[in-house]
Amino acid sequence: MENSPKSRGRFGIHGGQYIPETLMNAVIELEDAYEHYKQEPAFCEELTALLNEYAGRPSRLYYAAKMTHDLGGAKIYLKREDLNHTGSHKINNVLGQALLAKKMGKTRLIAETGAGQHGVATATAAALMDMECVVFMGAEDTRRQALNVYRMRLLGAKVIPVETGTATLKDAVSEAMREWTSRIADTHYCLGSVMGPHPFPTIVRDFQGVISKEIKEEILQREGCLPTAVIACVGGGSNAMGSFHNFIEDQEVRLIGCEAAGRGIDTADTAATIHTGRLGIFHGMKSYFCQDEYGQIAPVYSISAGLDYPGIGPEHAYLHDIKRAEYVAITDEEAVTAFEYLSRTEGIIPAIESAHAVSYAMKLAPKLAADKIIVVTLSGRGDKDCAAIARYRGEDINE
Amino acid sequence: MSNLKNAFSQGKAFIPFITCGDPDLATTAQVVTAAAANGADIIELGIPFSDPTAEGPVIQAANIRALKGGVTTDKIFAMVQELRRNIKIPLVFMTYANVVYSYGAERFLEQCAAVKMDGLILPDLPYEEKEEFAPLCRTHGLDLVSLVAPTSEKRIAMIAREAEGFLYIVSSLGVTGVRAEIKTDLAAIMAAVRENTNLPAAIGFGISTPEQAKKMSMLADGVIVGSAIIKILAKYGQDAPPYVGQYVREMKNAIIS
Repeated sequence: MENSPKSRGRFGIHGGQYIPETLMNAVIELEDAYEHYKQEPAFCEELTALLNEYAGRPSRLYYAAKMTHDLGGAKIYLKREDLNHTGSHKINNVLGQALLAKKMGKTRLIAETGAGQHGVATATAAALMDMECVVFMGAEDTRRQALNVYRMRLLGAKVIPVETGTATLKDAVSEAMREWTSRIADTHYCLGSVMGPHPFPTIVRDFQGVISKEIKEEILQREGCLPTAVIACVGGGSNAMGSFHNFIEDQEVRLIGCEAAGRGIDTADTAATIHTGRLGIFHGMKSYFCQDEYGQIAPVYSISAGLDYPGIGPEHAYLHDIKRAEYVAITDEEAVTAFEYLSRTEGIIPAIESAHAVSYAMKLAPKLAADKIIVVTLSGRGDKDCAAIARYRGEDINE
Repeated sequence: MSNLKNAFSQGKAFIPFITCGDPDLATTAQVVTAAAANGADIIELGIPFSDPTAEGPVIQAANIRALKGGVTTDKIFAMVQELRRNIKIPLVFMTYANVVYSYGAERFLEQCAAVKMDGLILPDLPYEEKEEFAPLCRTHGLDLVSLVAPTSEKRIAMIAREAEGFLYIVSSLGVTGVRAEIKTDLAAIMAAVRENTNLPAAIGFGISTPEQAKKMSMLADGVIVGSAIIKILAKYGQDAPPYVGQYVREMKNAIIS
């Protein structure tokens, strides 16, 4: 189907702005502000300083020698977004959006969060920039990620548990959107992934693009060639989009997104959108969504609260359509095995989200020659997941 | 002439909203009949959606009740076909873009035409995206109703100029739901609407009492009420039809007196 010329922010047929009229001027104002500030040197310098001095960029590109040796194939590099301040890649986008919101005269940030990583990052930026912060989090997720709820409160944010629907990430997004329609003048919705209505998928991709920019520069310097594959986990898809963005033009680099298969893509307990979803319109965008035959959004499942989302960002949907990126599904069991493997092999505890990417690297590396290079983005650190993984393995520990 | 536009020609219009299948479709049919018998000029039939992002808690809960009861888009079409034997006033569907898109927009609108629906309201389809469905609505003779919000400002002109049927004026920021007070400068919004179209305009969101309805009807051509009716349904369930009928009568009387 052709897109209307009036429609903005399209990636192929995906994207767009399917939101209530009440929000239209807000997203137009945001787009105008972003287009203005992204080319203003002072803004870029200020953001770079924050990323470097505050968030700890550039993040390390670590050669995982033991893992490489153990798997016996391609050289594996880990892009250590887990070492960023607040423990995940989420801070890259949040610092950008918070700074932009501040320039727009906004005094209040609202955000959705699944695992809590984006909520913690938003609460952190709000504290740093003297802004009020309200985070919507599925009630189910507040239980799975109790530690992150405390971190957000410690940082001065108000955390609102969302009881509607499946009480997970999608419901937190819905509730944040509802909140934004009721209070726009002083409030910026700091959306955490490459999803939602235009311009969010573009803004978040650009702010996360620093990941692939750094990978590319450093790998060329150290190895003199581009990687064979870049692997990242995908829920909404922000760390993956950030990891892919500067490699899209390099056709020889395989871009691999790892979806959460949950208990398996042949079961109802899955969040693998590309594998089990179909075209739809939800949360402001046209993309692929897990849904029933009448378009009712499916209750999705993954052990990972951060990948537990029934949709995928529109640019990923497009990269899938044009076959520029591959999307693979990783089960809970495989992710937990990778979580334990990386902890023991490299002494790095990855976020359970990132463990989905590690798992696929474990499958792919042995099939590739020793002169090939795989870069795996470790989107976050796994401290937050230890209690849940212990429970998964039948151990009951107190956080 | 558009049946929807025509529905405003006899004076101020009262437009109740009902979530189909809450608590079941038999009750919905009776509620529609009661509303029509008591002065409703147009009825908005909500097709439930799992994640209604423009709705407040009351209508969200109605959507959940309806879906739990097993209602589907096909069952709703069947109900409307049955209703159309007796109900002559215009009927519009209110639902979310995915319900239409996922069903297949062409197939959805064919079915709408077959059961004589008059219009479609999609709260997550702003002006910029309406071409997704507008040509198909036109082909099948349905008006795609546009919404104007308190934040629309300069957008009102372009929205009003391309509007069909009637304009849905959103009274307040935020989601649907009963409000004690409506603070938006609706007179200014109505003036901007009038400047750009001859179509009637109805105000919705937050209206529940006859006093509010009367006040709104003095500004616009019609009044839309959703959450207050859904509350009656939530309270009385299958026994709700006469109570909804009575409420519609009170509201209609308030806006024509």
